Amino acid sequence: MNASVIIFYIISAFILGAALFAVTTRKIFRAAIFLLFSLIGIAALYFWMQVEFVAAVQIIIYVGGIVVLIIFSIFLTQKSGNEMPKPLRTRAIFSGLAVIFGFAFTSNLIREYGFKEISTQPFEVKVSDIGTQMLSTAEHGFVLPFEVVSILLLAAMIGCIVIAMKVKHEEK
Amino acid sequence: MNEITITHILFVSTALFFIGMYGLFTRRNMITMLMAVELILNSVNINFVAFNKYLYPGKLDGVFFAIFVITIAAAEAAVAIAIIINLYRSHHSIDVGDASELKY
Repeated sequence: MNASVIIFYIISAFILGAALFAVTTRKIFRAAIFLLFSLIGIAALYFWMQVEFVAAVQIIIYVGGIVVLIIFSIFLTQKSGNEMPKPLRTRAIFSGLAVIFGFAFTSNLIREYGFKEISTQPFEVKVSDIGTQMLSTAEHGFVLPFEVVSILLLAAMIGCIVIAMKVKHEEK
Repeated sequence: MNEITITHILFVSTALFFIGMYGLFTRRNMITMLMAVELILNSVNINFVAFNKYLYPGKLDGVFFAIFVITIAAAEAAVAIAIIINLYRSHHSIDVGDASELKY
């Protein structure tokens, strides 16, 4: 047990504990805060895996963007101090059973599969490499998905404005 | 036990996926369901990055997939919240049971 292994277990316990509280707590604002902690833990896991760029993107977009958006929407639609009703007992039991079965099945698959890891090559993600490959038009470039995603973001932005816009009724 | 392999990371992401699944099954509030979906998408991202790091260390494709998934998740969350706010304006409730006009 060296330090890296211990840090990995601490990060995993943090992520899973925060996620578990986020889906079971009955106060919606607390759920959002636990979701925030879980996302921060996932960013820490990316740092642990030495992909700093993805970790930074995770913090900027999820922690700084999506969670803030969710908290704003909670304030706009809910009384955040109220407790949500408990889920029906049968529904909780059956979804718990389904989830436990699925987890057991999938983890059994993962354990039996036997991944062949390549540990000879070091894995380093340089931001300059990411930028070059993202905008390259050569064979392994990602410029087409990049442009498609930019169109998608524009469409999502306009769609949000159109959907959430207040319709003025002309009553005179 | 002395070294973290890809299997450990996949266990964590599987557990996170099924925690999100549990939230999606039990919650009836649209915002909390959206939070569960975010957890699920994050577990997928962990998988992409872990596969890239441990199985194909010479390439960057998993990192790109993770970045694109994050982008699309942001767009999805924005559209979902716009729909939720619009629904709240017309129904004064964001419970999925109350939004049943399209059901029949």
